[in-house]
Amino acid sequence: MLELTDAVVSFASPGGPVVRAVDGISLALPAGSFVVVIGTNGSGKSTLLGAIAGTVRLDGGALRLAGHDITRWREYERAKLVGRVFQDPRAGTASSLTVLENIAVAACRGRRASLRWATSRQLRDEAARRLAAIVPGLEARLDQPIGSLSGGQRQIVTLVMATWQRPELLLLDEHTAALDPAAADRVIQATARIIREQGLTALMVTHSLAQAAALGDRLLLIHRGRLALDVQGAAKRRLTADDLADRFDALRRADQLDDDAARTLAEAYV
Amino acid sequence: MITLLSTWTFGLALALVALGVFVSYRLFSFPDITTDGSFTLGAVFTAVLLTAGVDPLLATLGGMAAGGLAGCATALLHAYLGIERLLAGILVTTALASVNLVVLGRSNVPLANSNTLLDRAEAVVGPPLERAGLSAAVAGEAAQLIFMLAIVALAITALWIFFRTQLGTAMRAGGDTATMARALGRDTGGMTLAGLAIANALTAVSGGLVAQYQGFADVQMGIGMVVWGMASVFLGAALVGPVRLGGALVATAAGSVTFRLLVAAALRAGLDPDWLKAATAAVVLAALVAPRFLSRGSHARTH
Repeated sequence: MLELTDAVVSFASPGGPVVRAVDGISLALPAGSFVVVIGTNGSGKSTLLGAIAGTVRLDGGALRLAGHDITRWREYERAKLVGRVFQDPRAGTASSLTVLENIAVAACRGRRASLRWATSRQLRDEAARRLAAIVPGLEARLDQPIGSLSGGQRQIVTLVMATWQRPELLLLDEHTAALDPAAADRVIQATARIIREQGLTALMVTHSLAQAAALGDRLLLIHRGRLALDVQGAAKRRLTADDLADRFDALRRADQLDDDAARTLAEAYV
Repeated sequence: MITLLSTWTFGLALALVALGVFVSYRLFSFPDITTDGSFTLGAVFTAVLLTAGVDPLLATLGGMAAGGLAGCATALLHAYLGIERLLAGILVTTALASVNLVVLGRSNVPLANSNTLLDRAEAVVGPPLERAGLSAAVAGEAAQLIFMLAIVALAITALWIFFRTQLGTAMRAGGDTATMARALGRDTGGMTLAGLAIANALTAVSGGLVAQYQGFADVQMGIGMVVWGMASVFLGAALVGPVRLGGALVATAAGSVTFRLLVAAALRAGLDPDWLKAATAAVVLAALVAPRFLSRGSHARTH
């Protein structure tokens, strides 16, 4: 269960006005929900994710996750509860370490790293089993530097790492945006599968309208730091990419979305 | 013969600096100027403790601890006060120049009358070598070389084991990609602290051993050490190409010895010793820019 109450994040631009990137968002995600977040560049969606991950400080409001008030927890402390996959495959893995060594670091998430051998036989077998289940063949590359994998393979390993110890919340920040369409598709399938199999609570930011319509059980549109649209339940299950375009149009007519943003959304989300 | 042995011994003593720079620069991407200060600091503390009659092993460990603390100071300035890496090292090294002068009491202290670790090695390893047919002078020099080799082998083994544990692997990951380490629950500030402590402790041991080997400690002896260390790291990497952690550690030590041999050859060929530091800097510069020219700029570094 993730509970965000009146979250505010503001940035002071030098000499300019204070911009509220996240402007009083309240949100409650029951455990096991898979939420897709969309919005234009600068809408505040990435800031929202950063505020939950702990890379961005909340200027107001509170954040609770799995019964803990994590508002004042630092980024690395929140990692005990939160698994993350970044847009850039290089940000979520250490290039100079082998695939297995990267996984070894992930296997220590949430507890003290000890002076025991990092890459035990047991870890190797478990890593081979988990990788083979998602991408057959990947288990043969455990001893290669992770930098030698393709971007898509690397994101899948990052996903396995983020969920190695079951996280209370999985944050996916446009984690397929840097990949070619085929690789993005494979990563999305792996994502959906891991979330389903582990019954994870997940928050996924995406720039793909198709992904936004097809994935998850709830959809949020963030605009100017606020929730402009919140579709869930049966309505979300029926949602298609075309519906979403219509919804953007309706929002624009109701003056909740400005013309530029509506146009950008309609163009970007294809 | 003795000159050649001595070159090897000196190269091995400085290999600990190279290993320290390998940890700070290669594993943590931290160009750590503190190296210059902590090398002298290690020599100064060791020398002062030795002249006070402290056991040479304890004196050397004392110098090592002082170096570790210097590394912590630089890491604290960077990780917790937000001072830029280079500047943090410059500040600590500048402060250390005073510390070194005050602790040593004057700019140069001879150790001729002190019992050093190298004297001890000579006393233990020398006689068997003499019995094996070496002259007394050669046996003494060879004993010191064997001692240094053992110390370097110990350091490489300890580093190799540590950086393959859960903690050490997490530290390497944090040095490589800080975003990844934090996202997986590691405090990258604490890791930088530990990394620089290890790096500068190694460097300080080197300073202490060099002081004991050459028979004096001098407040100027650390100048240029970080560049020396980088030159050794680059040279070692060039010798073996891409290898795993263990290979890279051995290559770094080998780089130090090789570089020392090259320096000795250059001096013998007539290089003015005054130009030694400039030549070392030129080697590092060449190593830094060469990859850019070799790849014709097609693979610009992204980080």
